[in-house]
Amino acid sequence: MTLNLFYFLSFLAVLSALMVVFSKNPVYSVLYLIITFFTIAGHYILLDAQFLAVVHVIVYAGAIMVLFLYVIMLLNLNRESEPHKSNILKFAAVICAGLLLVVLVGSLKGTEAIVQQSGKAGIGYVKTLGEVMFKEFLLPFEITSILLLAAMVGAVMLGKSEKTNDTI
Amino acid sequence: MDDATISHLLITFGVLAGLLLVAPGLIWLERRLLALWQDRYGPNRAGPFGLLVVLADTLKLFFKEDWIPPFADKKVFVLAPAIVVITVLLSFVVIPFAPGIIVADMNIGLLFFLAMSSMGAYSIILGGWSSNNKYALLGSMRGAAQLISYEVFMGLSLMGVVLMTGSFSLIDIVEAQRYQWFIVPQFLGFVIFLIAGIAETHRLPFDIPEAESELIAGFHSEYSGMKFGLFFVGEYIGIMLISSMVTVLFLGGWYGPSFLPPLAWFIIKMFGFIFFFILLRASLPRPRYDQLMEFGWKILLPLSLLNLVVTGGIILWMNTH
Repeated sequence: MTLNLFYFLSFLAVLSALMVVFSKNPVYSVLYLIITFFTIAGHYILLDAQFLAVVHVIVYAGAIMVLFLYVIMLLNLNRESEPHKSNILKFAAVICAGLLLVVLVGSLKGTEAIVQQSGKAGIGYVKTLGEVMFKEFLLPFEITSILLLAAMVGAVMLGKSEKTNDTI
Repeated sequence: MDDATISHLLITFGVLAGLLLVAPGLIWLERRLLALWQDRYGPNRAGPFGLLVVLADTLKLFFKEDWIPPFADKKVFVLAPAIVVITVLLSFVVIPFAPGIIVADMNIGLLFFLAMSSMGAYSIILGGWSSNNKYALLGSMRGAAQLISYEVFMGLSLMGVVLMTGSFSLIDIVEAQRYQWFIVPQFLGFVIFLIAGIAETHRLPFDIPEAESELIAGFHSEYSGMKFGLFFVGEYIGIMLISSMVTVLFLGGWYGPSFLPPLAWFIIKMFGFIFFFILLRASLPRPRYDQLMEFGWKILLPLSLLNLVVTGGIILWMNTH
């Protein structure tokens, strides 16, 4: 049952990810990307990590993709305004993506031990996650939050830049 | 099938049927109450107290021509109204109406509600975009920004309740209010959640995505027939959802003096907030769009953060002393 569900979700994930790339209309790409996020959230649930799944849906499918849609709608992209890419650019893109694939496969090979640990009861609960995050990995966690704060301050500064130019 | 499965199925279908039956009834309730507060009669002809107007409205929606504009993006146009109803109905899965009357108790219940309410934004954005109409697009732009912003304050205002309970499960949250409702220690959170809830359901006074005096009908200008009906029903179920969430989170859910059954207390509290929502519509003017954004980010966000910090600090202090 779980295995069948896994294959079904994986099939959907790969299919919708491919549709993201092959859709001509950018809004459709975003919609397929949302489906991809949902299938990945399904995978998290299969791994008994409900908290991660629901946060994944809130943050990625709920917030970030809405902003994506917002920007795409504002840009009003259509087939006429799409820039034509030369063959060299396409070739470079293929090489970059291939290198990324090699890196991902290499790093995922080392995670077999962690995968075997999952499925333990309660591993994905908020309590377990919080204990790991605030005891074992406190410093990386705080550094990440400072990074996010810096990004936020930067965004505010960018938004304000026009006004300061006027006063100078 | 054993007894547990049957009773679970009964509860599931009971909740679904109850929601879908009450939602059109709310249209009648709203029109009658608005009329009362504005010194009019309202719909009072068809049936006792004009109740049959619900039936007439529903039949009218079903029989109207279901028209898809030729310039619209058909697939997305059909999908958009379905999303709002699906997400709102799914949110009711985690709401405990009374002890034992809940579709599914999840240990992440509250987060599930937040996830589903953030999904609701898609119906507005996609509905407005696929209509290919400038008023609809303007409405959906406003809607997207409003929903994204107020989601943040909504989530933050609830964290005080979560801190006091120590759980995301809504049943645990209700049971933690056996002796004191959270509206007393979490009054600030209650007010922020209520305001954010009105903005999330884009009800008056925050109906800026569909402001009819500026944008015809905003994101659903091009919709007709039952597709418009789905937006309409989704909005009313959304009101019920926010009212029941306020009841569960701040007013002790099913708890109340024991001369009435728990379910009755829940329904009374829920309808109290529905009345309040309608009263707001009757009494408040609509703010301007930039005023809404400024109010959110400059007042509600700092206040909800302050609420979170103070609540956390007090809990920490009480644990160490």
